[in-house]
Amino acid sequence: MVAPPPAVQSTPPRPRRRAGRDDRGERSTDARGPRLSHTAGSWIQAGLLVVIAAIALVPLVAIFVGTFQDGNDVIRRGMSFDVDVSALNLDNYVMLFTDSGAYFQWFGNSLVLTVVQVVLTLLVSSFVAYGFAMYDFPGKSLWFVMVLLVMTVPFEMLMLPLYVQVNDMGLADTYTVIVLPFLAQAVTIFFFRQYFLGIPKDLLEAGRVDGVTEFGIFFRIVLPISKPAMAAMAILNGMICWNNFLWPLLVLRTPEKFTLPIGLNTLLTPYGNNYELLIIGAFFSLIPILILFLAFQRFFIEGMTAGAVKG
Amino acid sequence: MKNILYSKRLAPYIFILPFLVTLAVFWVVPLARSFVMSTQEVLYGQATFIGAANYERLWGDPIFWQAMFNSLRYMVLTIVLLVPIPLVLAAIVNSKIGSPRVKAFFKASMFVPALTSVVVAGIVFRLIFAESDSAMMNQVAAFFGFGPVRWLRADVSGLVALLALALWRWTGVNMMYFLAGMQSIPTEYYEAAAMDGAGKVRQFFHITVPNLRPTVVYVVTISIYGGLAMFLESFMLYAGNASPNNQGLTVVGYLYRKGIEENDLGFASAVGVVLLVIIMAINLTYLFFSGTFKKEAA
Repeated sequence: MVAPPPAVQSTPPRPRRRAGRDDRGERSTDARGPRLSHTAGSWIQAGLLVVIAAIALVPLVAIFVGTFQDGNDVIRRGMSFDVDVSALNLDNYVMLFTDSGAYFQWFGNSLVLTVVQVVLTLLVSSFVAYGFAMYDFPGKSLWFVMVLLVMTVPFEMLMLPLYVQVNDMGLADTYTVIVLPFLAQAVTIFFFRQYFLGIPKDLLEAGRVDGVTEFGIFFRIVLPISKPAMAAMAILNGMICWNNFLWPLLVLRTPEKFTLPIGLNTLLTPYGNNYELLIIGAFFSLIPILILFLAFQRFFIEGMTAGAVKG
Repeated sequence: MKNILYSKRLAPYIFILPFLVTLAVFWVVPLARSFVMSTQEVLYGQATFIGAANYERLWGDPIFWQAMFNSLRYMVLTIVLLVPIPLVLAAIVNSKIGSPRVKAFFKASMFVPALTSVVVAGIVFRLIFAESDSAMMNQVAAFFGFGPVRWLRADVSGLVALLALALWRWTGVNMMYFLAGMQSIPTEYYEAAAMDGAGKVRQFFHITVPNLRPTVVYVVTISIYGGLAMFLESFMLYAGNASPNNQGLTVVGYLYRKGIEENDLGFASAVGVVLLVIIMAINLTYLFFSGTFKKEAA
């Protein structure tokens, strides 16, 4: 069984991009000859794109506006285009920083878990990918097909038996079990393998001649020149971990251990009495990712289009 | 020890060892267990072999078929929406004309929804599709002269909300896939076509679309299993696994209900096995007919 090749493949090390324009992903349009700006066509196009972009941003603007409104009112009436500007206030912000219960604990839990999981996943997955990229060994293609196969089995298929197994092993309600099954992550392995394939083998031979061990070559020669791939995968995995919901929902029991998505979900009950926190909390959960996105947009797009991250 | 560290024959196995262990412990064992449990009745930790009885129960279970119908419907509709729309948008962004600034802003804005967690997206869409007259979608409905609609109470309008959520989150990502594919099409193709007098629309259908085939295959494949395995979007939109008349219940939702909520592990495992088989069958059939195997073999 063969999985389709990812549409975007990583490229070998290349000169660092200039900061500024290039980082905002504007490399696409200039390749096709001179631009015809200020024609009627480009105005229509610009109008269309701006309108669609605005529609895409409506939900985010709505939740931002919601942070200044009365939570119970928003829950009861829904989010509206009619905003009573005179009723906007900072009460929710005051509440968030003075009386938000476990919110910042959830936030901290998510932050710690994300950092730990990203660092370990990058290390383990790149380690595995290096084995696939740099050596020939019996059974290699069979095992690599297994990587591709694992990429096409949705986690939802595994959650039940994994949940039973984790309960049997007595690992329920631990962070270990949230992290452990996903350290050798198929999409990340695939991405790193593509990247390593572009590294000249001479570099490894030079290391061997100098008496570096096979693992020394990986850690001291290959990893340091793999920063662009690391960045893209750090972003991808960071986002997956920060937003991870289903598996922690099954595993975590103790409220003190809840991550941000699990905590927010507990606020969304019909009997909830903390809807202010639900809305402003949901908004604040977006902030770390939005900041990273504005800073490293190119890596986001490279990482997210590297493989399937639906759901 | 020294020999091991310098051995080129042993090294690759040590490198891929973490994957092999993960594969065995967290994939093969649970999947095998799933198959075994699907032939058992599991009560209070006591498993009794009951053969195909779970599968027979499944076959005669109308709620399972309803969940299956919901999942298939969602999968088909997400493909119908999330392939052509991002494809056309990518073609517009990739065209020669227009301001790079506007295009960069557009790409960023379309991509941002994919950064939101399903929890946040679900909360926001639940509130946008709220029942009151003043909720956003009812204001839009009123603008077009109907409504107010009690969106999440009825089957079709609930589906609209679910599809809107999917469209919002994934249009940008799919567009980026197509854009990356388009940028690898040689410019000469377009120049030759233009010289032969082909207009923009003909160029799109005769050059862009055929050359994007691998990307389209990829996007459709991930949409197939993403669509069939959909659960959390519905779970968040309906604020839980219960929806009016099970209109938002998907196969994975049913698996969750039976396995996690009702602890009927044998039956839930059968649901999981059936879904896995269906996903694999559809994916393989699709990959076979789209010619991916031929290319891999070459």
